[in-house]
Amino acid sequence: MQKSWTRRLNLIAIIGTLPMILVAVGVFVIGVGFSVLWSFTSSKLFPSYDFVGLAQYRRLWSDGRWLISVDNIWLFGLLSIGFNMVFGYLLAVFMDQRIRNEDLFRSVFLYPFAMSLIVTGLVWQWALDPNLGLQQALRNFGWQGFSFAPLVDSRTALYGLVVASIWQGSGVTMAILLAGLRGVDEEIWKAARVDGIPAWRTHLFIVAPMMKGAFATAFVLQCVSVVRVYDLVIAMTGGGPGIATTMPAVYVIQLITVRQNVGQGMAAATMMLLPILVVIAAMGLLRWRRSRAGRVAA
Amino acid sequence: MTVTTDSVAAVPSSVSIQDLSLSFGTVKVLESLDLDIKEGEFVVLLGPSGCGKSTLLNCIAGLLDISGGRIFIKGRNVTWEEPKDRGIGMVFQSYALYPQMSVEKNLSFGLRVAGTPKDEIARRIARAAEILQIEPLLDRKPAALSGGQRQRVAIGRALVRDVDVFLFDEPLSNLDAKLRSELRVEIKLLHRRLKNTMIYVTHDQIEAMTLADRIAVMRGGVIQQFDEPQVIYKKPVNRFVAGFLGSPGMNFLDGEIMLRGGQAAFVADAIDVPLTKYDFGPAGAKPGPAVLGIRPEHIAVNAGSDWPFEAVVPVEIVEPMGSDTIVWSRLGRQAVTMRVTAERSPKVGDRIGIGFDPINASLFDTDGNRL
Amino acid sequence: MTAAATFSVRPATSVGAEPRGPKPRRLSIGRFGVYAFLVVSALFFLVPLYIMVVTSLKGMPEIRLGHLFNLPAEVTFQPWVDAWLHACTGRDCNGLSPGFLNSVKITVPSVVISIVCASINGYALTFWPYKGANLLFGLLVFGAFVPYQVVIYPLIIGLSSIGLFATLPGIIIVHTIFGMPILTLLFRNFYAALPVELFKAARVDGAGFWRVFFHIMLPMSVPITIVAVILQVTGIWNDFLFGVVFAGRSNWPMTVQLNNIVNTTTGVREYNVNMAATILTAAVPLAIYFISGRWFVRGITAGSVKG
Repeated sequence: MQKSWTRRLNLIAIIGTLPMILVAVGVFVIGVGFSVLWSFTSSKLFPSYDFVGLAQYRRLWSDGRWLISVDNIWLFGLLSIGFNMVFGYLLAVFMDQRIRNEDLFRSVFLYPFAMSLIVTGLVWQWALDPNLGLQQALRNFGWQGFSFAPLVDSRTALYGLVVASIWQGSGVTMAILLAGLRGVDEEIWKAARVDGIPAWRTHLFIVAPMMKGAFATAFVLQCVSVVRVYDLVIAMTGGGPGIATTMPAVYVIQLITVRQNVGQGMAAATMMLLPILVVIAAMGLLRWRRSRAGRVAA
Repeated sequence: MTVTTDSVAAVPSSVSIQDLSLSFGTVKVLESLDLDIKEGEFVVLLGPSGCGKSTLLNCIAGLLDISGGRIFIKGRNVTWEEPKDRGIGMVFQSYALYPQMSVEKNLSFGLRVAGTPKDEIARRIARAAEILQIEPLLDRKPAALSGGQRQRVAIGRALVRDVDVFLFDEPLSNLDAKLRSELRVEIKLLHRRLKNTMIYVTHDQIEAMTLADRIAVMRGGVIQQFDEPQVIYKKPVNRFVAGFLGSPGMNFLDGEIMLRGGQAAFVADAIDVPLTKYDFGPAGAKPGPAVLGIRPEHIAVNAGSDWPFEAVVPVEIVEPMGSDTIVWSRLGRQAVTMRVTAERSPKVGDRIGIGFDPINASLFDTDGNRL
Repeated sequence: MTAAATFSVRPATSVGAEPRGPKPRRLSIGRFGVYAFLVVSALFFLVPLYIMVVTSLKGMPEIRLGHLFNLPAEVTFQPWVDAWLHACTGRDCNGLSPGFLNSVKITVPSVVISIVCASINGYALTFWPYKGANLLFGLLVFGAFVPYQVVIYPLIIGLSSIGLFATLPGIIIVHTIFGMPILTLLFRNFYAALPVELFKAARVDGAGFWRVFFHIMLPMSVPITIVAVILQVTGIWNDFLFGVVFAGRSNWPMTVQLNNIVNTTTGVREYNVNMAATILTAAVPLAIYFISGRWFVRGITAGSVKG
């Protein structure tokens, strides 16, 4: 009697969560599976099942455009995430100093997150305009030699993207790190103060290690948004000048739409997926090892 | 209003607080406190939550900026000093050990920052480890320690600072009852061995009674009474202090003091207690409404008939506690409890004879002050 | 309470003399540095907004003078009118207003459906876990990290095969799919933090799956629902990639039209119209942000507490 009751209720639960089942399995398993599958075929615009082994991957890695995309995403990622984390951390530390108008400052730091990446890209594109933007405005102020129009030059365009990305994302990092900072037991601060440890050392050597969770969260969120960066590139540079700021995300979309080469596009997409899988596997391994170690401690 | 005892000996004061006040905005948390703690003394700040005892401790430590008054430690005015320059060590309720560092690093971090030479650090750690018996734990991280071990390490961190005054902020409140009583004894032995001044905050009156040389009972930011435990227990200065110490609590009987031909008596329904032997304060016996307080253990049950006050009362509830039994009864319409040994417990419905001597009692006026 | 780097003054004489009462609080170097850093950072964040607004209120001749930071000599709202009604977004020149309507048509149903699904998911995962439920949830969370480009093509094929590619229902489905992981996580964490006695008491009273959900859990879910709504409205309204791929030309959201106005116009670039268009596009999420304030922060930090 008891068993059939619970089985019936669990059936209702299954029905209720049908969308989740469909999405989890249909999209994230089957969908991903097909993408990987089609990377081994010669699909053009529509899927075909003519398998060609690793040919698409070979073509991929000999395509200059792809190689530039990969270089770009690494450089962009490193700079963007690096500056974002440092800037976000500094903002969080200073915001925690019992300042007045904290809410006002926080509103200012976070509002870029509420704006679309398209909006962000377009505004910064305008600000960095070589003829009428920041560069010209400051020259008109008298600073003749000022040059700050990275988007025009293919060697510096990427840095313009980095600036826009920092502007958009530092506030979120700050919010997450500030929450982590505030979760630290107040008595740790007291103990450090009684011990005579200066504030900066307390931050770096005692409190920051205690905020590992917040740092990890902010870092992972950053990584995910960097890999996905499509809207910002399209709005700010369109991938240019030329192909100077093209990214894997843009590359894949171009291949499956304009260039009508789904097979190669799926190969590129699978390459994008690999680092994520590695990171998830690493995190899973860490968590598994920590839970085993945790059972030993008192 | 503060009550202090006269310092009998000419022992130099270790910690002295003069006219200390603390307000947060318009809220007065501590008001004009005076406190003189002798060197080597173990003083307990005792009181319910929100009475200001932890706040006072934090002020002494220098973690809170005071609004008025002065603080002296070993004769030095430390009112504006940072905590690290006050010559204090502090132990916190949540231990506050640095979680990423080993025990040894926890103990040495402050010393290393201050530039203490390495061999001196090693010497101090060895000494603290030996006193607190934490030598085998030096390489472990706090997460791998039990609650009692963590608290010992926390005490060790204060020990290595080589200071004169130790401050304890409810250090045993996070531990279970058994550990609490074990560590209580250890702290007492520690004090006996080190002979440092110790200021200890707690809401547990048993800790206060067992550990303190003197207790400062606090309420609403004001020190109610500052004296030796036995004095506070026997002669509480007001009703709050009387009710706060002792378990089970003191009985309070409402009634009136009447003068009959020069002799004072406490009178209520079914109660008539002659007060000839009662030790009145300087104000003397004031006729009028009053409260008589008598502790359960001072009421004799079925114990002869030579008591200044005697009565026969019904037994309403019996609470066996193992070694003792608490008996609930009634004098007139007022509830009264008394304590008997387990072997002599009466049964519910019995009528028992009780008696007490007012010399053990405390009288309070309507404001709660001792008469 | 944290240790701000204040420099205290050691009293000249130690015994019983001057120091009494509160420490003298001078604006020390440390404190000044803190405010300086924060103010300069705030300026960095505010400058683009300032430029947006100021440019959108100027006439083109004034813009061509190149003084980006100057306030408009003559304030004109014509760029705003042009952006809303006349700007060319590809083939049509009807401004952003059709896009605004499209964005609303996309956002409202998507938000409602994705939140309903996610709340049921979170509820079921917390109180009615069935075999494999946690595995499914793990897959969902995995999906939150998968780059969109990996599943975009299969989705195109899938939606085409049921005739929903480049349609309004199609884009709504896509937003529901990609909103599900984070929202389910939010709701699950929320329900997991509720006292389980509530649930047990309801079950003892004889309530089943749906009844407990509608009568007990849903009424209690107001705080987290507000957070979820804010996150979803912002995310969906600001989306570009899915809009341009799945919505179909007649349903393009504001963001797509905005990009068309600015980046694909030939001939003279009307910077003031462009900036007015960006403000109009950013207006809705920005308004929600400034109104909801604390809820927004809660949303970000709540989503970051990973199970």
